[in-house]
Amino acid sequence: MSLPYAFRLLRSLAMLLALLCAARIALAETELPLAALQGLDFKAKAAAISAIADSGSPRAEAILNALTDGRLMLRKSDQRFVIIAAAEDPATLTDALDGSALGSEPLAGLKKIVINNQLRLQLRAELARMQLANPDPHARRAAVEALAADPTPAVIASLVEAAPKEQDEDVARAMQVVIGLAQIGDADPAKRLEGVQAVTGSMLGEVHNRLTQLVARNPAGEPLEPSMDVRIAAGAALRAIDQRRARYELIQTVFFGLSLGFVLVLAATGLAITFGVMGVINMAHGEMMMLGAYTTYVVQQALPNHIEASIFIAIPAAFLVAGLVGIVIERGIVRFLYGRPLETLLATFGVSLFLQQVVRSIFSPLNRAVATPQWMSGQLMVGDALALTWNRLYIIIFSALVFAALLALLRFTALGLQVRAVSQNRAMARAMGVRAGWVDALTFGLGSGVAGLAGVALSQLTNVGPNLGQSYIIDSFMVVVFGGVGNLWGTLVAGLSLGIANKFLEPFAGAVLAKILVLVFIILFIQKWPRGLFPQRGRSAEA
Amino acid sequence: MKRTFKTLVTSMVAALVVSTTPVRAEDTIKVGVLHSLSGTMAISETTLKDTMLMLIDEQNKKGGLLGKKLEAVVVDPASNWPLFAEKARELLAKDKVAAVFGCWTSVSRKSVLPVFEELNGLLFYPVQYEGEESSKNVFYTGAAPNQQAIPAVDYLMNEVGVKRWVLAGTDYVYPRTTNKILEAYLKDKGVAAEDIMINYTPFGHSDWQSIVSDIKKFGSAGKKTAVVSTINGDANVPFYKELGNQGVSAADIPVVAFSVGEEELSGIDTKPLVGHLAAWNYFMSVDAPANAEAIKSWHTFIKNDKRTFNDPMEAHVIGFNMWVKAVEKAKSTDPTAVQKAIIGVESPNLTGGMSKMLPNHHITKPVLIGEIQANGQFETVWKTEGLVPGDAWSDFLPESKIIEADWTDALNCGNYNTVTKKCSGQNF
Amino acid sequence: MAVTANKRADQVVYGVLLALAVAVPALNLGVGESSALHVSTYTMTLVGKYLCYALLALSVDLVWGFGGILSLGHGAFFALGGYAMGMHLMRQIGTRGVYGNAELPDFMVFLNWKELPWTWYGFDSFPFAMLMVVLVPGLLAFVFGWFAFRSRVTGVYLSIITQALTYALLLAFFRNEMGFGGNNGLTDFKDILGYDLQADSTRATLFVLSVLALAGGYAGCRALIDSKFGRVLVAVRDAENRARFIGYRVENYKLWAWTFSAMLAGVAGALYVPQVGIINPGEFSPLNSIELVIWVAVGGRGTLYGALLGAFVVNFAKTFFTGALPELWLFVLGAVFVLVTLLIPQGIAGYFNREARA
Repeated sequence: MSLPYAFRLLRSLAMLLALLCAARIALAETELPLAALQGLDFKAKAAAISAIADSGSPRAEAILNALTDGRLMLRKSDQRFVIIAAAEDPATLTDALDGSALGSEPLAGLKKIVINNQLRLQLRAELARMQLANPDPHARRAAVEALAADPTPAVIASLVEAAPKEQDEDVARAMQVVIGLAQIGDADPAKRLEGVQAVTGSMLGEVHNRLTQLVARNPAGEPLEPSMDVRIAAGAALRAIDQRRARYELIQTVFFGLSLGFVLVLAATGLAITFGVMGVINMAHGEMMMLGAYTTYVVQQALPNHIEASIFIAIPAAFLVAGLVGIVIERGIVRFLYGRPLETLLATFGVSLFLQQVVRSIFSPLNRAVATPQWMSGQLMVGDALALTWNRLYIIIFSALVFAALLALLRFTALGLQVRAVSQNRAMARAMGVRAGWVDALTFGLGSGVAGLAGVALSQLTNVGPNLGQSYIIDSFMVVVFGGVGNLWGTLVAGLSLGIANKFLEPFAGAVLAKILVLVFIILFIQKWPRGLFPQRGRSAEA
Repeated sequence: MKRTFKTLVTSMVAALVVSTTPVRAEDTIKVGVLHSLSGTMAISETTLKDTMLMLIDEQNKKGGLLGKKLEAVVVDPASNWPLFAEKARELLAKDKVAAVFGCWTSVSRKSVLPVFEELNGLLFYPVQYEGEESSKNVFYTGAAPNQQAIPAVDYLMNEVGVKRWVLAGTDYVYPRTTNKILEAYLKDKGVAAEDIMINYTPFGHSDWQSIVSDIKKFGSAGKKTAVVSTINGDANVPFYKELGNQGVSAADIPVVAFSVGEEELSGIDTKPLVGHLAAWNYFMSVDAPANAEAIKSWHTFIKNDKRTFNDPMEAHVIGFNMWVKAVEKAKSTDPTAVQKAIIGVESPNLTGGMSKMLPNHHITKPVLIGEIQANGQFETVWKTEGLVPGDAWSDFLPESKIIEADWTDALNCGNYNTVTKKCSGQNF
Repeated sequence: MAVTANKRADQVVYGVLLALAVAVPALNLGVGESSALHVSTYTMTLVGKYLCYALLALSVDLVWGFGGILSLGHGAFFALGGYAMGMHLMRQIGTRGVYGNAELPDFMVFLNWKELPWTWYGFDSFPFAMLMVVLVPGLLAFVFGWFAFRSRVTGVYLSIITQALTYALLLAFFRNEMGFGGNNGLTDFKDILGYDLQADSTRATLFVLSVLALAGGYAGCRALIDSKFGRVLVAVRDAENRARFIGYRVENYKLWAWTFSAMLAGVAGALYVPQVGIINPGEFSPLNSIELVIWVAVGGRGTLYGALLGAFVVNFAKTFFTGALPELWLFVLGAVFVLVTLLIPQGIAGYFNREARA
């Protein structure tokens, strides 16, 4: 290489360096490299995100947060970067760089800045680093735990510095754990032991992984960790974690089972009334649930800006819609068929085909998207490793409330008294002045209405489509029959026990076999106790 | 009342007589559309029926085919597999259609296959499937496993750095075969057996709590984990909802799906799904002139500009155009002539390339990987260079890598064993 | 009245079946395609399929119409018979499968099965397979019935557990581990006893066999009903407790009728499979079993010929409307079910009986 050439190269390098430094300074003072976030060059985007995070700019956090949530946009008219407040149309804008309000703009005039999964991970780490100084201890703790997966030496250094000053005990503990995790990788056995001791008792997933590595052996059977003390400490810590995990898992399985059970109970309660109390084999029961779910969809479509509250409107609406359709079916068809239960099967099966096709014609055969309100998403953390999902919790509560309300209605109201009277002895009830036809219509409407409520709950769990009902009808019949026809408590106990049994079988047998086993169990159970868990006693049982 | 009943019976008897009398071919060319309009598969298949009606309508506006108008014969096999076979026979024997566009599930295709082979019909099958088949009478315009599954795994392995794999699927033949191929492929690439978790669930599975919790546990072992999902249709919504609720984000454990497209997403609240992936040969969001035009005519035809366009619909567009070209080339709708003429026919796909009908009755397609966006569309994050030729017989299964399909005069066989030099399992 | 009306109806049934058995194959094989009298292979297989359905409906009518046992799971016995036949046909493929494997069916080859599961042993032999066609459904029904009837499971409880039975079998057969082809089931059959299944002559033979099986089944059911056994069965239907107190072992009567009915359903399934060309777990679907009860109800339960009529009418309506009104046929079918229950509760057969009396 000739000298002048080398010189030229050196000179250009120096210039480049100077330029970079200048850019770096300019960056901190005036402008963040937002332009690099456009387009589909994800490497450039990653660099720009690091630069923004390192800039120390007061806007950095807002920008990165907006980028994570997909709220960072480019206004097409003037190529200005803006942050929208929420995904509404038109959206309220603020300037990304200075935070000033920019009024509103229709979404069509904005172009979203696209990110991918790798960038999401990077953003999460960068934001966590910024959150370490957050005044809210929960945010600080979440930030520390987010950094545990892959801490850089710089992060560790800042944690070592911050830990002694930390006021909140939980956060300090979390910091110790992350520091301990870093120490486990140290060359000095004493440090490693210290690390193991620091992480002992933490339920963080990362801790488990690192400890497992410490006690692992190579294919020849020799331990990978040379220090005996470290191995013993790690083994003890690991056993403690595993024990607690097993306990949490048991609770979790029970929860899974309960939530499945309450869904079954909710789906079957309506049937327990129409089938159990009235003796109508209502094959259209599933379609009543479908109507409830579609009502939820329609309510959300009517109130696009009130998704959070829509459920509370959908609940009474679904009850009314399904209930009214139920009354129409009862008055139009079922009332001609009393005393011929098997013919109600035929007629209501026809009704169910009809209703499915109605829904297909109105809403198309495609599934409809029902949004989940914010307050129903995510999970509730109990302790440090037990997570219960909110939507399941709410459905358990909802289902229990519906059940209690129904029980109260049947027991304490005049209508309830008449319903029970008619179901026990129709002729006698009529002789006593009960308008049996009117009671029948209301009972059928009530059962259908409850099915509609189940539909609201199911719209939060599964597809809202024309086949929604069919997938629950068989399970509903199983629950009612297993519990004992005509007994609401039986339905409750049956639904819950089937749900829990299913969830305990699933880990060993797999989802399909678990279901088969439960069905076989029901068949065998009915052989032994032919009238279900809570058989009806007295004369009406023999009819 | 008595009278109405008698009329009903009389009209039914009359209908029996009419329906069993063969209708003579007139001056139209009939095209059969065999997609379920009711039952469980109506969700996916109804749109394909509309797509076919649109394509036939457009072709007629262009002057039809061979100087004749095209006429669609739509039947409803109602998601009932034996009914598929019956309807296929009805289309071929009674209506004498020139070609049939239809089927979605593998079992429906398997059910009609003997009928098409017996009566020498033409079936254009537009859905991604498990491969391991090449029939003289079927043209597979959807993806074979090497046009969807393998590139998706390559992407995750090379671009995302995934080390641990969950292969989750519905328990039927497509996921079983695809997972078998993927398992062999992953082991080939040095992935250890304990880093692969395989899980099967029944159709329409709705309670995913335990499985998602297991996936979470499997994914917390310190290695980057991804889920390769061959979960079918209806089970996806509760699966994704459970993922979202248990806090499994796409950044932690991405899910790449082979059966979730724009149409399925239109029935899901997609906000919690942003970042999860899908592998297809077409995305509605692809910026290409042909695509924009197709979407526009679709919206005009269906009179709703919110409707989505998806991969199987594109497959029908390609398949239909190929059939039209082949008929023009052969100057006849005779199935044997069309079978000869169609091999090598090229037709533009909607993402800007030229797809070609291969001798094994599969076509060349691009492979795209997209991330789900909040608006229910996919954003392409990766794409193959050029088009991938569909492979009927996977190279990763020991039994099938020695089998070849070639319907040109060279072999004229769908299952030619290159070791024994024999052509096996032909029905004609 | 009943006996004379039945006699006349029986004569009509046998007459129609005889006419079908002679005319359809003759017009299919003997008359050229151009002739107006030609019966297409399509029509023949379609009617052949209806014949199998009719036999199935007959088996349901025997237990429901005469024994008062409403089975919502009879599709299971039909499907089991079908599977037994399907397995034999699969074994007949031999080396003609796509992989050319002499030992294993295609679906096992590409799922990497190494050897034939024990459940498939013996199905190479036609007599063995035919034995299984009646034995498997019969045995299942016997065991199930033995427990259920002895425990006096009646009414809706029995209906629902029969539904649970078919649902459990549906899920089980869906599992690929079972080795019955999973969701796809068994298909791609080549020949039966060396005769090509695609040939018109084979189809005609199967058609005639179906007619014979239906006629035989009908005659068998009629003989059973007219015997003392049948009278006790009807007594059990009408007043189970009284029959028991008189001293009849009610559960035995029910059990034998039930088992016989399941065997009939198995035969129907076995005839159905070669004509349709596929058997898969969809046949176990509880909805199928419910639909099948509806055929009987539409035709008129407790008459035997009503079941035949119902199976033909409903299935024909389905075939016709899915082609003629693909978007609306469910409205029509749903409305037919509702109207039949409301307007002619005894079914079509009951309606004609009343007409005849009037």
